Amino acid sequence: MDTFILITITGIGLGALFFLVASGLSLIYGLMGVLNFAHGTFLTVGAFSGLWISTQVFTTSNSWTFFGAMIFGGLSGGCFALLVERLVITRLYERHIEQALVTVGVALVVGAMLSGWFGNDPRLLPTPHWFINTVTVGKAFIPVDRFLYIGASLVLLIALTSILRFTRIGLIIRAGVENRAMVGALGINVRLAFSAVFFLGGFAAGMGGVLVAAYQNGVTPLMSGSWLIYGFIVVVVGGMGSLSGSALAALLIGVVDQFTNYYRPGLGDFVIVFILAAVLLSRPQGLLGKVGR
Amino acid sequence: MNAITLSNVDVYLSGSHILQNVSFEVPSNKVTALLGRNGVGKTTTLRAIMGLIPSSGVINLFDKPIHAMPTYKIAQSGIGYVPEDRDIFSTLSVEENLSLAVRDENPNYDLVYKLFPELLQRASQRAGTLSGGQQQMVAIARSLLNKNQIILIDEPTKGLAPKLVGEVAEALSHVAKETTMLLVEQNLALVRSVAEHIIVMSQGSVVFQGDPSNLQNDEFVHSMLGVSGGRH
Repeated sequence: MDTFILITITGIGLGALFFLVASGLSLIYGLMGVLNFAHGTFLTVGAFSGLWISTQVFTTSNSWTFFGAMIFGGLSGGCFALLVERLVITRLYERHIEQALVTVGVALVVGAMLSGWFGNDPRLLPTPHWFINTVTVGKAFIPVDRFLYIGASLVLLIALTSILRFTRIGLIIRAGVENRAMVGALGINVRLAFSAVFFLGGFAAGMGGVLVAAYQNGVTPLMSGSWLIYGFIVVVVGGMGSLSGSALAALLIGVVDQFTNYYRPGLGDFVIVFILAAVLLSRPQGLLGKVGR
Repeated sequence: MNAITLSNVDVYLSGSHILQNVSFEVPSNKVTALLGRNGVGKTTTLRAIMGLIPSSGVINLFDKPIHAMPTYKIAQSGIGYVPEDRDIFSTLSVEENLSLAVRDENPNYDLVYKLFPELLQRASQRAGTLSGGQQQMVAIARSLLNKNQIILIDEPTKGLAPKLVGEVAEALSHVAKETTMLLVEQNLALVRSVAEHIIVMSQGSVVFQGDPSNLQNDEFVHSMLGVSGGRH
């Protein structure tokens, strides 16, 4: 039972990190139809920004500086995403092949620049001392950081959902997804709203980058690769453009991955790909996606 | 004073020359009907004015050129647009559809709910679940919330039941008292009741501009619109 509790909670924690990466992808691809293979660079830029502020600006490492690094990483990821959208994507809306090619190019260039600058060896992100603590649930000892990942993802899910449902910019985004031309004909600059989507997606990825760096004990230019793949899987399994679908899929994949790797070490990735195939065959729109989206 | 002036406007779509050297004026404070058989370019003309499709030539709104502006700036200049297929946002509620259209500080909800009280009762209903007539009310209402200099309305009675055609026609008569209107409409009875100026198009060009009293002349209607009267 203790093992069950431990694996379940660490699986939820891992799923929370998947969600942080996938939420931005879900917004950008699901809502705007932009195939953004540069999304992983938003995560990497966020992680390096968090590392920079943690080591160069803050003199001590405590809870506040770590939360500061999360926010700064998020803002850096958001601003970088905005830059990519303004400079590159804005000319390529509705042109999927070009989007894929250009964003792959951006990912390669940024990855190479960071590798040249920082090298590929992992750099340790300072974390508060309580990161190594555990709390007891039942008789299981759970690492405290898992609860931080879960909390951050919950806050992000609530914030993004609220923005989309209850703000004017969210209203414009939802309308723009349905009929971009008509939103313009109402006198609204829908491009600005779509730039906001990129910022939000980049913010989530950037903040996720700091947490991923804390989770895997290091920041490297190559860190985003596998997380981006997991992110795409989560978005497809959850349903394009459905934030709650992404959250559900991230939870499912995180928990299944942890259980599989515990009982059949090394088979976690295989089972995740099996889940992806099963969902695509039985429910192509994803768990909570809408048909025809 | 003309609200809108088109000078030598051409539109090519998919290699076809849809609008050919179109020039006409829409006088202010009047209802102008843009008439013609199906496929002559009436809807394309409205879409060109709104900047929704690429065009060449000059389009002025009260002598201010708007043809190089993006669509949202053209709308902000004071043009309301009710498209042919309504283009309401089906996943949004009626209330959200209306609030999305608001640009003015004091939107004219009073007028909207006076003309279409049903929209107030259905404020929280998803617009995609409304009937065709109710969706048309939403589409027209969006253009009435702001103080526009002109409203472009494309076939507002298309596909509506006769009873609803009457309701929409009545609403348009009210709207006509408040603002300049460029109306594309196939229902000649409605056009006769509201139009103060008509423009007739044929094969992508303007072939007549003038007095709507010509629509009482069966020979004119037959030669210009290919019908003998009533709905064509």
